[in-house]
Amino acid sequence: MSMVSPSIVEHTDRGPLGRDEMARVLARDIPRGAYVNLGIGQPTTVGDHLPPESGVIFHTENGMLGMGPAATGDAIDPDLINAGKFPVTELPGASYFHHADSFAMMRGGHLDLCVLGAYQVSASGDLANWHTGEPGAIPAVGGAMDLAVGAKQVFVLMSLFTRTGEPKLVKECTYPLTALRCVDRVYTDFATFEITGGDQILVRETWGISFHELRSRVDVPLTVATP
Amino acid sequence: MTLLCTSVDEAVSGIADGSTVLVGGFGTTGMPFDLIYALIRQGARDLTVVSNNAGNGDTGLAALLAAGRVSKVVCSFPRQTDSWVFDELYRSGKIELEVVPQGNLAERMRAAGAGIGGFYTRTGAGTLLAEGKETREIDGRTYVLERPIAADVALISAHTADTLGNLVYRKTARNFNPVMATAATTTIVQVQHLVEPGALDPEAVVTPGIYVDRIVQVSS
Repeated sequence: MSMVSPSIVEHTDRGPLGRDEMARVLARDIPRGAYVNLGIGQPTTVGDHLPPESGVIFHTENGMLGMGPAATGDAIDPDLINAGKFPVTELPGASYFHHADSFAMMRGGHLDLCVLGAYQVSASGDLANWHTGEPGAIPAVGGAMDLAVGAKQVFVLMSLFTRTGEPKLVKECTYPLTALRCVDRVYTDFATFEITGGDQILVRETWGISFHELRSRVDVPLTVATP
Repeated sequence: MTLLCTSVDEAVSGIADGSTVLVGGFGTTGMPFDLIYALIRQGARDLTVVSNNAGNGDTGLAALLAAGRVSKVVCSFPRQTDSWVFDELYRSGKIELEVVPQGNLAERMRAAGAGIGGFYTRTGAGTLLAEGKETREIDGRTYVLERPIAADVALISAHTADTLGNLVYRKTARNFNPVMATAATTTIVQVQHLVEPGALDPEAVVTPGIYVDRIVQVSS
């Protein structure tokens, strides 16, 4: 049997990624020139690693392509905000459109990629990120369901474990679903995963944990790609 | 025919109790604050409000909710750091909530404005928000039937209007305003600038005046 080195990189000489490092690792995989929507919260920070010279064009669902970085000082304009309702800037070549057009371009499959946060992702790529379902919780979905089914690729950015240590990569989601079989990749503090639609999730890279230890801490079948 | 109003109070006159009211804006950006305050003074109650959010802070839509005039909110994202007025009403059972995915919210109003009786969308398929709705397999994928949202009144905000009701907006303050303008029996617009016909570039008009019933100029 020939020795084929599996295509995984294990960084066991360091700890897991910090939040900013997670965003940087995800940004590395966004193709030049892609049309990208970043979800509110941590996914928005991916933009900090994709300057205008990256050629990536940002879509914000409240009606703009060509969104620039956060606005500060005199550049703050109350008429120019992102989906998280923070002031942003406009890059040369930007365009504005109304909400129905904004979601038509998303739902029509014209957006290359979106980055979303998640409570849970299942082995088959189901996403749960809008509602905890807890009594008294006020449900709020925003554009998450539209993004999850509309973007050509869905990348999730999340911590791998909850604050109480439960893995968020699960066999079946227990939280209410956002969309079925929509997630392509999951970027976490301990590892990056690729969901292939098969029985197993591919692990691409790990930080602060070996592949074998990761397998013991996550209750979904993990494997590595063979080149 | 577009009616030019001399005050916001004139602009909102005649809105009946029990009306469905579309309220433009995304958060507070593009929200028609002056029309909302006029509606509070006008006194209509038992309103169903359709808007992306359920009010921010104590101003605008939140003030209408706080005044007890709204019995139901249809929106995509009620819960925010500054949605305390809605949160309190909801938790005490004083207001009904229908959560709609943001794209469905926009498209359902677009459908109403375009005379479309419904549309099939993949958004929400297999989730709580599609429960009880008709579904259909199209080319191997599951789609959910969504129905139009038509309203009695739309309260919207634009940057500039001409006296025929043609509208242009500014940056992301456009958001839901143009689609809401098409979906109501009576569309009422507050604008910062009012100009004569011919002053707007016809190529740049976003909302043609046919959708606009009443205009009032407010200070910016």
